[in-house]
Amino acid sequence: MSDAVRFIDERTSSAPFLQKAMRYVFPDHWSFLLGEVAMYSFVVLIATGVYLTLFFDPSLAKTSYHGVYAPLRGASMSEAYRSVLDISFAHKAGLLIRQTHHWAADVFMASIVVHLMRVFFTGAFRKPRELIWVIGLLMLFTGLLEGYLGYSLVDDLLSGIGLAIGYGVALSIPVIGGPLGLLIWGAPFPGTHEFESRMYIAHVFLLPMLIATLMTLHLALVAARHHTQFRKSPKHTERKVVGVPMFPGYAPRSLALFFGVAAVLFLLGGLVQINPIWQWGPFEPYLGTNGAQPDWYLGWLIGALRLMPSFDVTIGHYTLVPNPFWGGALFPLVVLFILGAFPWIERRLSRDYAFHNLLDRPRDAPTRTAFGVAFLTWIFLIFAFGAADRVFVLFQLSYNTQLYIFRIAIWVIPLLLFFGVRRWCRELLLAERIEARQEIAEEEAQRRYAPPAAADPSVPPVRITG
Amino acid sequence: MSLLGRIVAGFGRMILALVTLMLSVLLRRTRRRREQAERIVPESSPAPAAENVVVGLLGVATLLALGFIVVYAEWSAWKVSNELLGICLGLSLAFISAALTVVAKRLVVTEEIEHDYPPERHPEEEQQVTQLVRESGSGITRKRLLVGAGAAAGGALGVAVLTPALSLGPLWYTDPLYRTPWKRGIRLIDETGRPYAAAEIEQETFYTAFPEGASTEDIASPVVLVRLDPSQIQLPRERAQWAPGGILAYSKICTHAGCAIALYRKPTFPVLEPRPALVCPCHYSTFDPATGGTVIYGPAGRSLPQLPLMIDGSGNLRAGGNYSGPVGPSWWGVRSGKAT
Repeated sequence: MSDAVRFIDERTSSAPFLQKAMRYVFPDHWSFLLGEVAMYSFVVLIATGVYLTLFFDPSLAKTSYHGVYAPLRGASMSEAYRSVLDISFAHKAGLLIRQTHHWAADVFMASIVVHLMRVFFTGAFRKPRELIWVIGLLMLFTGLLEGYLGYSLVDDLLSGIGLAIGYGVALSIPVIGGPLGLLIWGAPFPGTHEFESRMYIAHVFLLPMLIATLMTLHLALVAARHHTQFRKSPKHTERKVVGVPMFPGYAPRSLALFFGVAAVLFLLGGLVQINPIWQWGPFEPYLGTNGAQPDWYLGWLIGALRLMPSFDVTIGHYTLVPNPFWGGALFPLVVLFILGAFPWIERRLSRDYAFHNLLDRPRDAPTRTAFGVAFLTWIFLIFAFGAADRVFVLFQLSYNTQLYIFRIAIWVIPLLLFFGVRRWCRELLLAERIEARQEIAEEEAQRRYAPPAAADPSVPPVRITG
Repeated sequence: MSLLGRIVAGFGRMILALVTLMLSVLLRRTRRRREQAERIVPESSPAPAAENVVVGLLGVATLLALGFIVVYAEWSAWKVSNELLGICLGLSLAFISAALTVVAKRLVVTEEIEHDYPPERHPEEEQQVTQLVRESGSGITRKRLLVGAGAAAGGALGVAVLTPALSLGPLWYTDPLYRTPWKRGIRLIDETGRPYAAAEIEQETFYTAFPEGASTEDIASPVVLVRLDPSQIQLPRERAQWAPGGILAYSKICTHAGCAIALYRKPTFPVLEPRPALVCPCHYSTFDPATGGTVIYGPAGRSLPQLPLMIDGSGNLRAGGNYSGPVGPSWWGVRSGKAT
């Protein structure tokens, strides 16, 4: 062992760094693992994605299908769609890898969102960690685009419908939308054949590189400032971080999580069908299907597009704001901006400019928690409306009734929740304070009226452990 | 204990004994030396039972991984091989995860340590950095000019490097968005290329038609054909001749976000929905074919472009001209130009 260490140190001069890295402290709380779930899903995404590139043909050239899947034999389709059918049916383990890749993308996005909520409600984004927060948000939105391009590449009916909507949203950007859409697609929708290559390089290289770079920055900044921690005991202070060292305590745990995440993803990929592209058929611009739903992380945008009342904003003969802009472009940008600016908004409003290494419990910051609940509920309700057509099919609840309920509910419910949650947090804090005061009073009463007793040797002194 | 359990346990003990023997031989010398140095991590008591469990779990993971290879090789012999592959690989990973969890909880030293958080600031270094930058530029007299020149060069180079990106598509040239393959006299054909005869268009259903000789992939190509009772039709006056025999044609591409209008709603609730309507399944924009494709529901902000029709001498449908307006989702200029 010591020989190996010496070999490395003599050649890299890294022993001091290694020693420090191995004793890097990880505070202990289950919710701190959410970000790691995202990171490990990303690793699975890269691994499965590389496998898929070995077989995927990013070409819109037309071919006639003569593969394994009988119902589509003889159908005219693009090479892209044909190659994904072959990945699913002809190449051994192809379907497993493809489905695992798709599941990993869904889990990647889900764990980022849950991680974001954890960071928000514990105030972990506060100074000095605002940049980590912003980088995390950029990763979330890059992931969104990356996932969208991923299922758009396949050129099945659903991916084509998704791209049509993307084209509609691009065109809807005020003033520059038309030229921008033509620039990206190369021609009016469905665009030139080169558009597939553009999506492909973005999906397999540009965006993954961007996510990897942002992830590296994210982690480097976390390490530079060290992890936040809850105030579990008097040992946990703003000055001292308490927890398990990277080695030997944390490394096997984290590795176990990696294998656990990979296990879940491969089991899902093997056992739970996702995006059965052979059922949708090849895309043609004149084809549509009812009940089409995107992957979950785009659900909030489809909900927003559907909720908008029917109008284009026009100035004379010019269309300033075509309708899809509100739900498809402005809405996500507003969400990104509000979340991104939140650390600074909160500093300004609360006049709390201090350093924070200790985390809040959600109740410790009633206004932040109330705002977070209201804001997330707003997004969630819009997301939920994206499934209104499914709700209609399942429960016979009229789409129109749902539309008008949701148009009101998305504003009223968050507002009510804001005041309700703020009140609740304050009550919780008050109850704690009263309890603490009662305890102090009781102790005092005991001290005053009871004769001083010798310490009871049968009761061990209270020891607080992490 | 079952036979399998005994085999696994015996196998585990054997591996354990081998590993211990090897390690003891290898570490004999170094251990003596290390005992003199102060320990970094606290001592932990041995847990042979946990070690057996780890070896057992890793053994199962090994078998499952080998199982994956077997299923892969025997692909055609298994009907449910995707599920089996997933189970083998997933469970193998799960057992490794379980083994590592036992290692983390039982085998390695569990300790809690403290570290100082890094200081909020390093005032001295901050000051030095500032000073360093300031002093390095103290010989420069025309700072603004230099910065301006630098910005000009950098900006120009940046723009120059990005210029080739304009080859992606036309720049500020939106004519293609107005273009359609329709002209007066073009026949309407179906997917297979057969021309539509006016007589075959029935009420309460809809048909997809394309211009003869044009690509079906052009979003300006597909139109929906419907026939309504002529007494129901209330087209704008200038379109009075556009619907011969009550047959109407509209662009099949939704003016909201560009999906295909794939639904034709028959009247199910006469009071609320008096007439059949064209519905886009993406966001449920709904258009009234009787009144020139006006929006009656959903988020679309523009009517569907209508294609004028005429019936030729042999009873086939032909375009009577171009659409009433540009096709597809709205953009800045959609209302300021005609379909060309």
